Amino acid sequence: MPLLELKGVNKSFGGLKAVSQVSFELNGGEILGIIGPNGAGKTTLFNVITGFLKVDSGEVWFNGENIVGFKPHQVCQKGMVRTFQLVKPFVELTVFENVVVAALNRAKTIKEAREKTIRTIDLVGLKEKTNTLSSGLTLGHRKRLELARALATEPKLLLLDEVMAGLTPTEVDELIRLLREVNHRGVTILLIEHVMRGLMALSKRVVVLNYGQKIAEGVPGEVVKDRQVIEAYLGEEFASDQS
Amino acid sequence: MDLNLILQLTTSGFLLGGVYSLIALGLSLIFGVMKVINFAHGAMLVWGMYIAFTLMNWTGIDPFFSFAVSAACLFVLGYIVQRTVVNRIMTFHESMQVIAMVGVMMVLENMAQLIWGPDPHSPHTKYSLSTVWLGSVMIDIPRLLAFILAILIAAAVFVFLKYTDIGKSIRASADNRIGALIVGANVNKVYAVCFGVGAACVGAAGSLLVPLMPVSPHTGFPFKLTSFAIVILGGMGSLPGAMIGGLMIGVAESLGTVFIPSSLKQVISFGIMVLILLLRPKGLFGGKG
Amino acid sequence: MKIIYSFLSILLLILLLLPNFVSDYILGIFVLIFFYAYMGQSWNVLTGYAGPISLGHSLYLGIGAYISTKLAMSFGVTPWIGMWVGGLGAALVGLAIGFLGFRFGLKGVYFVLLTIAFGEIGRLTVLHLKPLGHMMGLFVDFKPGFVNFHFRGNLPYYYIALGFVVFSLIVVRALEVSKWGRYFVALREDEDAAESLGVNVFKYKMIAIGISSFMTALGGTFYANYIFYLHPTSVMSMWVSIEIIMRPIIGGLGTPFGPLIGSFLLTPLSEIARSYFTKAGLEGIHIVIYGLLLIAAVLFFPGGIFAFIKKIVKPILGESKEI
Repeated sequence: MPLLELKGVNKSFGGLKAVSQVSFELNGGEILGIIGPNGAGKTTLFNVITGFLKVDSGEVWFNGENIVGFKPHQVCQKGMVRTFQLVKPFVELTVFENVVVAALNRAKTIKEAREKTIRTIDLVGLKEKTNTLSSGLTLGHRKRLELARALATEPKLLLLDEVMAGLTPTEVDELIRLLREVNHRGVTILLIEHVMRGLMALSKRVVVLNYGQKIAEGVPGEVVKDRQVIEAYLGEEFASDQS
Repeated sequence: MDLNLILQLTTSGFLLGGVYSLIALGLSLIFGVMKVINFAHGAMLVWGMYIAFTLMNWTGIDPFFSFAVSAACLFVLGYIVQRTVVNRIMTFHESMQVIAMVGVMMVLENMAQLIWGPDPHSPHTKYSLSTVWLGSVMIDIPRLLAFILAILIAAAVFVFLKYTDIGKSIRASADNRIGALIVGANVNKVYAVCFGVGAACVGAAGSLLVPLMPVSPHTGFPFKLTSFAIVILGGMGSLPGAMIGGLMIGVAESLGTVFIPSSLKQVISFGIMVLILLLRPKGLFGGKG
Repeated sequence: MKIIYSFLSILLLILLLLPNFVSDYILGIFVLIFFYAYMGQSWNVLTGYAGPISLGHSLYLGIGAYISTKLAMSFGVTPWIGMWVGGLGAALVGLAIGFLGFRFGLKGVYFVLLTIAFGEIGRLTVLHLKPLGHMMGLFVDFKPGFVNFHFRGNLPYYYIALGFVVFSLIVVRALEVSKWGRYFVALREDEDAAESLGVNVFKYKMIAIGISSFMTALGGTFYANYIFYLHPTSVMSMWVSIEIIMRPIIGGLGTPFGPLIGSFLLTPLSEIARSYFTKAGLEGIHIVIYGLLLIAAVLFFPGGIFAFIKKIVKPILGESKEI
């Protein structure tokens, strides 16, 4: 049984079909990438999966349960957590205080939550920043904080929305290592990514979206050679030149 | 129930509603452009009233003429308030904006009390008790005049917004703050003028109310709350919504006095406001978020 | 943290001994300082910690005051019990308002307007209820005695009000380190992020408004039995709500000591201004000063005085560890 399965998911805004008949499966332990040009509906898809937006039709199965209609906090309690493309730290709180909120999702006691918080902060490499206000962090550190919070909720499935955008190449490499480590510990990952290096390094399989539709799926190296995919990214003319 | 009474109440409510509309127009204009609620709106109404009242005492000029003076003074006041306070809090968190505007309200309202004293004044104009009959409906002349002038002033504001350069910039920045920046409008000036125009609306409205009711420092408070209800009904930032909402609330409050004491009539506007907030928070005419 | 607790203990000791050294008039001012600190703290739980801005807290004050007073006058129930009934009544109303506002997702100014509307509906309704004194207001019969919560002189009120303040500080501090309090702050900072991390936004906002309205109503009972006269204009107007929110804002929103610091600064100022300027025929000038202070606080000390003090004290105490 796949950990996450989408069956014919639709979502429109007014007349615009942001997500149209999207189906795919994600198995436990896997890392799946979602790519597509800007406005292809990737973030909308995340919002739909995690309950921030209601699907118009279709089913989202997570861990053997249809989670359509669940609120985001319920989705999180079920074991699926997402990060935001524009990071949303609790700016007036320290790194510790940020993460402890997330850790309380599963921790029985405050003490347990604090211990988990310390471990998670250590894992993402923000130990020195533990008592820094999150408003004082660099973008790279904020992205780590976003990740730390997500991890502290103890997810089975982690949805990452462009977590590498805006980072320096070194930071990207560190993050790749970190995500591999997280994956090794048993967390399944679904990631939207524009940073191809990160995507290629992490995911064995990608799904390509364009105008809300799934236009391709497969091994990253193969998919980027797909005619439709090239069209989607570079326009039809370029694709016909290539062929 | 007496049909005549209903006609009578509808008419008088509708006429007062015209003044409500003008008050709400100012509030909605300010909110539409700056996303700030002018809590000092009631105090500004009172300033408009006192300016007209004082002019009448000194020179005998009728409030129905001196509204222009009230409007001009309030424009300046609004401009200053915008430059000194509002402009600095535009990027602040909403709670801080509310608090600063409450501060402005406290200052203006009690300044009025310090200047003009706490006691209410009831000015008398030549026509204060004169009426005309329209069939079986009696119409107060001052109410009718206030209504006509309020609608004319509102129309002038619409013309200003539609045909002058600065008016166009105000509308552009209501649609999109960044858009206005891009077309090169001097946004600070646009905002200040916009706040000034909003204040001028309520100042003129204050002047028009002088022949209708006693002038006191705290007259403005219920009007302010009513105008909140109106802009919620019409849609925050929607100018036509403010006009129609004003008339609707005027009629609703007036008709409501059939069932409840008139001192409770505000409960009707608040009731409407709560319903609209819950069921259609964008208001009847507020299309876009 | 140890330093703060020892400082607080010393402060409490001083305050406990203070009545031996000052006049009844000064004690009266302290009663007001404590009262407003307590009310501000109650409001702070909702707006300062969890985020939704209420400008209608006078409603809860009024509900608490009227319920306990009516229970005492008509049924002989001691205000010591009546205050909890009033608290429950106010909490129910607060939860009802919260249910409407939060279920329908009202945020920012829209929620503010909702609270103002309900505050005014409450005030106007009480104004027209005969059993609550109608337009004349409700006079509380003075029957001195501990059971009746009526005392001669300010001394007993001083200790009761001080008790209220200590109680509210303990509540807020307990909240701060609890799951609830951590969730409140997360909501205030970013609802979407909090929700994505498993925080049930609706539930925790409801808890916040429930606690806040309950606490506010307890203060209402104190007010009724200290002033002995209840009138919707003096108890339930929007102005009362503004009085409630002033101190935590000046002192520091969302901090345990903000309301206390704010009240220590503002209450004596307003008392002095009130008596001094009223004598000089300048009634209302203290409100002008209030207004200017509010504006100045927003423009220059957006975090309140407490944040400012912390900034100064921090280098002395050293970087504070997570507390």
